[in-house]
Amino acid sequence: MNNEMHLKFSARSENESFARVSVAAFVAQMDPTMDELTEIKTVVSEAVTNAIIHGYGENGDGMVYIDCYLHDGAVEIDIRDEGVGMENVEQARQPLYTSKPELERSGMGFTIMENFMDEVEVSSAPGHGTTVKMKKFFKKSETLCN
Amino acid sequence: MSFSVEFDKKQNVLLVRMSGELDHHSSEQLKTKWKEQLHNQDIKHVVINLEMLSFMDSSGLGVILGRYKEVKQIGGEMVVCSISPAVQRLFELAGMFKIIRLEENEKYALMSLGVAS
Ligand SMILES: Nc1ncnc2c1ncn2[C@@H]1O[C@H](COP(=O)(O)OP(=O)(O)O)[C@@H](O)[C@H]1O
Ligand SMILES: [Mg+2]
Repeated sequence: MNNEMHLKFSARSENESFARVSVAAFVAQMDPTMDELTEIKTVVSEAVTNAIIHGYGENGDGMVYIDCYLHDGAVEIDIRDEGVGMENVEQARQPLYTSKPELERSGMGFTIMENFMDEVEVSSAPGHGTTVKMKKFFKKSETLCN
Repeated sequence: MSFSVEFDKKQNVLLVRMSGELDHHSSEQLKTKWKEQLHNQDIKHVVINLEMLSFMDSSGLGVILGRYKEVKQIGGEMVVCSISPAVQRLFELAGMFKIIRLEENEKYALMSLGVAS
């Protein structure tokens, strides 16, 4: 089965819950476990929040894009912004690293994405925005395939 | 589901009961209200009750860590109780239990801080 879904919305914090609930509703057709759904909601929340806070500096302008693909018992979620981008992706992915401690950020966003998903790929460049590509294999469909 | 927070005071302990979904959006209002409570009252310790919290991400961790620093400054302790397995996993990933004690429920959390019910 191949199925896809695309979202484009304003980079406003009000849309964080809209984004994670929408992705969860789309993914529900894969019959995920409650744990898998919670993990997916959490990582969507992390990446969308990053786009809003870090990518666009919370100025309310700019759009966040989500592309979601279901195939072969897995979900791929790509979350993209056209914001400021990052100089050093490796440093950004370190646990507890944050460039905005004054905003009480915990620096755990990327660590959570890496722990809750099977694959996380980040591409970014200063002035060119950021794309986070994440993939997760559903446990149930894995056992069905065997 | 939207977020809400309720504060209560037992002796020198501030009780913080959260419900709904705690993300970056809701963490802003939580931070303002929580800071106000800590500064306007004679408080030493904090108990966070997460029984009704259905979702949390790393923004929630940030706000809790921020208040932990304030509580530590006044020589108090922070205790969390009634945590769901999903939120407990976030706490573990971030090493939160090294600084914030976990108790099963509100009653035990309060007892551990010397508040009799
Ligand atoms: N979309 C983005 N655009 C620009 N910078 C980003 C983006 N996402 C993450 N970053 C950078 O990576 C750092 C770490 O992100 P994260 O682990 O989510 O922690 P936090 O959001 O708490 O700072 C951020 O502080 C920021 O510097
Ligand atoms: Mg983040």
